[in-house]
Amino acid sequence: MNIAVCVKQVPDASDVKIDKATGTMVRDGVPSILNPFDAYAVEEAIALKEKHGGNVTALTMGPPQAAEVLRHVVAMGVDDVMLLSDRAFAGADTWATSYTLGLGLKRLDNLDLVICGKQAIDGDTAQVGPGVAVNLGLPFVAYVRKVIEVGGGKMKVERLIEDGYEVVEVELPAVITVVKEINSPRMPSLKGKMKAKKLEVAPLSAADLGAILENIGLPGSPTKVVKVFSPPPKGKRETLVGTPDEQVSALVDRLAGIKVI
Amino acid sequence: MDYFLTDEQQEIRALARQIAEEKVKPVRAELDEKEEFPWEIMKTLAQADLFGLYIPEEYGGFGGGSFDNCLAIEELSKACIGVSVSFAASGLGAYPILLYGNDEQKKKYLPRIASGQSLAAFGLTEANAGSDAGGTATTAVLDGNEYILNGTKQWITNGGEAEIYSVIAMTNPSRGGRGASAFVVEKGTPGFSFGKKEKKMGIRSSATTELVFENCRIPKENLLGREGVGFMVAMRTLDKSRPGIGAQAVGLAAGALEESVNYARERRQFGSPIISFQAVQHMLADMATQTEAARALVYAVARYLDSDPKEISKASAMSKLFSSDVAMKVTVDAVQILGGYGYMREYPVEKMMRDAKILQIYEGTNQIQRNVIGAALIKEAAGKKA
Repeated sequence: MNIAVCVKQVPDASDVKIDKATGTMVRDGVPSILNPFDAYAVEEAIALKEKHGGNVTALTMGPPQAAEVLRHVVAMGVDDVMLLSDRAFAGADTWATSYTLGLGLKRLDNLDLVICGKQAIDGDTAQVGPGVAVNLGLPFVAYVRKVIEVGGGKMKVERLIEDGYEVVEVELPAVITVVKEINSPRMPSLKGKMKAKKLEVAPLSAADLGAILENIGLPGSPTKVVKVFSPPPKGKRETLVGTPDEQVSALVDRLAGIKVI
Repeated sequence: MDYFLTDEQQEIRALARQIAEEKVKPVRAELDEKEEFPWEIMKTLAQADLFGLYIPEEYGGFGGGSFDNCLAIEELSKACIGVSVSFAASGLGAYPILLYGNDEQKKKYLPRIASGQSLAAFGLTEANAGSDAGGTATTAVLDGNEYILNGTKQWITNGGEAEIYSVIAMTNPSRGGRGASAFVVEKGTPGFSFGKKEKKMGIRSSATTELVFENCRIPKENLLGREGVGFMVAMRTLDKSRPGIGAQAVGLAAGALEESVNYARERRQFGSPIISFQAVQHMLADMATQTEAARALVYAVARYLDSDPKEISKASAMSKLFSSDVAMKVTVDAVQILGGYGYMREYPVEKMMRDAKILQIYEGTNQIQRNVIGAALIKEAAGKKA
């Protein structure tokens, strides 16, 4: 089973600071990590490979230093990597990103499955997975929480929905996004770490991919960021104390006072 | 201190440290409380390729040595030596095969141990044979193409959990120490069962059981080396594994020191953090110095062993003796620095102090280590005269 995983390098969100003047995130000095949702995608790809054989390729679009996340996933057990890196890719929204990743994925022969994390923790759009599927013209299943079986050119999965789950059968090749319920990502292995250390990542440019220039980067992005701002601080808050009965009557008095009941 | 580790050794240390932090620390108190074998962690260590550090590549290992293994053991021990002994004891069970097995035996067993697919264990101790291995009562009698084993081994680490056991039994009791032989016995062999699981003071997540042999028949091919070399196998195995106990001790002491420093910086009395008081600083200074001295000795001995010298008993015994005495002292001091909190199970140093005691006892008590060192001194002095 030949599987590709799309991964993204993101700022470590456990320590985010916002520039009060511009309202944007301060990226300087913030360590970069593998998007946490992508770790589940990588784990699922490696587990499927261990069960069914084949090969796992990880793909990322980003600056040259994004090679670090590729090293990280090689240490976990990914076989091959592809780095899409070109100044022309800069400023891409989810539309241009999906197009560019799609071009990279088309270079892989006999692909059976593409797995993405459900979303990245920086943009939180959850649009790139489905966008990639559209660009490849492949069926798509979002929020997969379990792969039930694979065989006969098909895959049966459980996908998470608001109040339960659906069982879906999909023809392969296909694109899926996965949620954190699907597995527990493994630690790197020593052999993987040694392989990652020696890994040389040759980036592919827009020209290498044969990209149409008006479809990539900022020019290829219909989304325009008009304004970035921090949400205003919450209004006045009050904590009611006392026994449950006292709290209830206090609450009723307040609500009656502002004439909502 | 920089010990000039190679790139590979730095990776081994970083990986073991990550597992200790993320997988061991969060569960160590619960494993201790429930006396539960850490299978999940063993699986993680297997997946991380850490079980075969000292096993040659041709048998599925990493092709490193004692030192590489000690680095992994030390990092795991910073979090919990109940976990690290379960890891290290697989090596103890593997060494007899590595040192005395023929190519066929190595090919059969070592890849399973190196991958972590199977744990190994070493069966030497009996009710009346510990420090004095000459009292071994388990027998192995050749009958056609099979040996028949009878007897009971006691306090065997990884007992019941391991699948591959290296066992010492008497093939010729009349010859005493020269009548012992070493065998490989696999879990599931008819006549081979496990006795009670011991309830221990510390390292409670590790499994310690009896191995019971009742007319247990094993193929003749399971003999390691030849008949009569059993105690040699045991002694050389322990010589190889003792720096691993030293590494456990260094890790445990380092873990206790870290807890002590962190606590002393936070705990305020008389208006200041207690680390500002010289009485506390001096205790911490001694703990740090002793831990570093133990580490330097263990690293030096492990590197020396990896140069494959002829005589290693003395150095090996020293690395275990000194470090385990340090670990005992440092963990006692850690409890003292944490005061009342240190005595409570809510804080990790209480467990560390309970755990430390075994390091002065197992794989040869520290009194036996002094005997080994003393005997080597006598031998060296006698050699000079001649």
